[in-house]
Amino acid sequence: MKPLRKFLNRVKPNFEEGGRLHAFHSVFDGIETFLYTPNTTSGPKGTHIHDNFDSKRLMIIVVLALLPCLFFGMYNTGYQNMLASGTKADFWQLMAYGFLAVLPRLVVAYVVGLGIEFIVAQWRKEEIQEGFLVTGILIPLICPIETPLWMIAVATAFSVIFVKEVFGGTGYNIFNVALVTRAFLFFAYPAQMSGDKVFVSTKPICGLGGTVNFADGISGATPLGQIATHTGGELQLQDVIGDPISTWDAFLGLIPGSFGETSTLCILIGGVILLAFGIASWRIMFSVFAGGLLMGWIANTFSTPTYPASFLPATDQLLYGGFAFAAVFMATDPVTACRTNAGKYIYGLLIGAVAVLIRTYNNGYPEGAMLAVLLGNALAPLIDYCVVQSNVSRRMKRLKTEERQ
Amino acid sequence: MAEKINNKSVLLNPFSKNNPVIVQVLGICSVLAVTAKLEPAIVMGVSVIAVLAFSNVIISLLRNTIPTSIRIIVQLVVVAGLVVIVDQLLKAYAYDASKQLSVFIGLIITNCILMGRLEAFAMGNKPWPSFLDGVGNGAGYAIILVIVGFFRELLGSGTLLGYPVIGKWAYDAGYVNNGLMILPPMALIVVACIIWVHRSRNKELQED
Repeated sequence: MKPLRKFLNRVKPNFEEGGRLHAFHSVFDGIETFLYTPNTTSGPKGTHIHDNFDSKRLMIIVVLALLPCLFFGMYNTGYQNMLASGTKADFWQLMAYGFLAVLPRLVVAYVVGLGIEFIVAQWRKEEIQEGFLVTGILIPLICPIETPLWMIAVATAFSVIFVKEVFGGTGYNIFNVALVTRAFLFFAYPAQMSGDKVFVSTKPICGLGGTVNFADGISGATPLGQIATHTGGELQLQDVIGDPISTWDAFLGLIPGSFGETSTLCILIGGVILLAFGIASWRIMFSVFAGGLLMGWIANTFSTPTYPASFLPATDQLLYGGFAFAAVFMATDPVTACRTNAGKYIYGLLIGAVAVLIRTYNNGYPEGAMLAVLLGNALAPLIDYCVVQSNVSRRMKRLKTEERQ
Repeated sequence: MAEKINNKSVLLNPFSKNNPVIVQVLGICSVLAVTAKLEPAIVMGVSVIAVLAFSNVIISLLRNTIPTSIRIIVQLVVVAGLVVIVDQLLKAYAYDASKQLSVFIGLIITNCILMGRLEAFAMGNKPWPSFLDGVGNGAGYAIILVIVGFFRELLGSGTLLGYPVIGKWAYDAGYVNNGLMILPPMALIVVACIIWVHRSRNKELQED
């Protein structure tokens, strides 16, 4: 690592005030602080009020927590393609196929998002903010694998500009940037974001995988998609070739779905990493699951054939679709969530309950987790305000009774 | 009597410096509702210009005889009468556009721009400046409607005034119309972009 540090120190004067490359100082700053903890944080030794954990380190931990989902998404993409196209492949071929399928999407999301961030940082003469490190990996994870690249580019540009930069950049956004990207895609290009054709990669890539022909008894509908279009009779969820899906398959994630959100197991591993490093709030995670279970239980108790999703047991509601992913990675985003502890419980319960409410009682939207988190984001400041105000009035009351005594 | 009124600035100010939509932020509701396509946006803009100009003139003529305590009712009656005339004319001569605009022609009555101009200008000025003020404000409103309608129809439907402008080759290459553009939220964002561009060109309008 020494030569790298030396190299950075040698080129640094070029980027400082008056240097030849001063125009690119924020780019240099971004790279330098990405590689090394800057001197401005607290040292690693001794006692400090604030530790040396700056937001770049924090983002990297979140990216690490997302890696299990990313790797499983690669495997699952390959697995679904081979299953649907009837080709045989070993583990590494599946992984390679999934890797090649997701790589362009990752690259597009990062290039567009970071490009806009770099330009805005240069323009405002600010440091580059690191928020996009996580957003860039989240975007491919929450989109169907067949989303066209240009749509990802348009949606990423839209949400980085209108959700983040307009409000003042990283840390000032009201809504979760990655989720708005998905919401934009969902409402702007519904045909490419839902239905039974987009969740399974259909073409061979570099000689790997096979062509999927949806005509011959093969359907790429997600479990929730199948539930939403279900009419009459007993509900039996099927995978791409028509075999029944067990709860265990859903937990492992071997089902069609958006790239990184199918595997509840990998999401939980990521959740444990986030909790171990104290990045995500366990209060939010816990209460989102509690809210989902509660609403799922209510729906299941009053199940009717009008709303087929109400036949799902409450625990299954947590395994399908993006619920677990939203609970662990989206709702816990510290920027857009509630700040007060009491508020976090309310916020989480609200998101969990609304997610299941939408997917159960609105057949037009098979999945409600995305909309529920965005609604939670919008209400978070209000919840915080109410919690703080009730706290203030409670203390005022106590003060008055003490004065009277 | 009011201070000296410059007819030219009365007519031209509402286009940019005092635009009813992007500076005063009035009449946003109809901007969201009628701009999914360019044609209804143009019809709506023309209707508002006509109603605003003539109601301004009528109120200005009556301004010295209207009792202050019931002036809002009188203004509403005048506007409502004109709106009904416009509505009937559209039904007679532009039935399709009238059907697309549906209730929004009727809702011109409640458009804040009208009440604002009647109260703020026509009640205190002579008919000719009032007429120019009505035309100016109506046109300032219409121009925003047309800009928003242009972008929403182009990006949302790939057409302009109903004629396809995005070639078949683009669709063959994988281009898809943006469905969000047809929904009202995008109208807000397009208006916001216009305000953004306008404010960055007119520094004196920027708030702290």
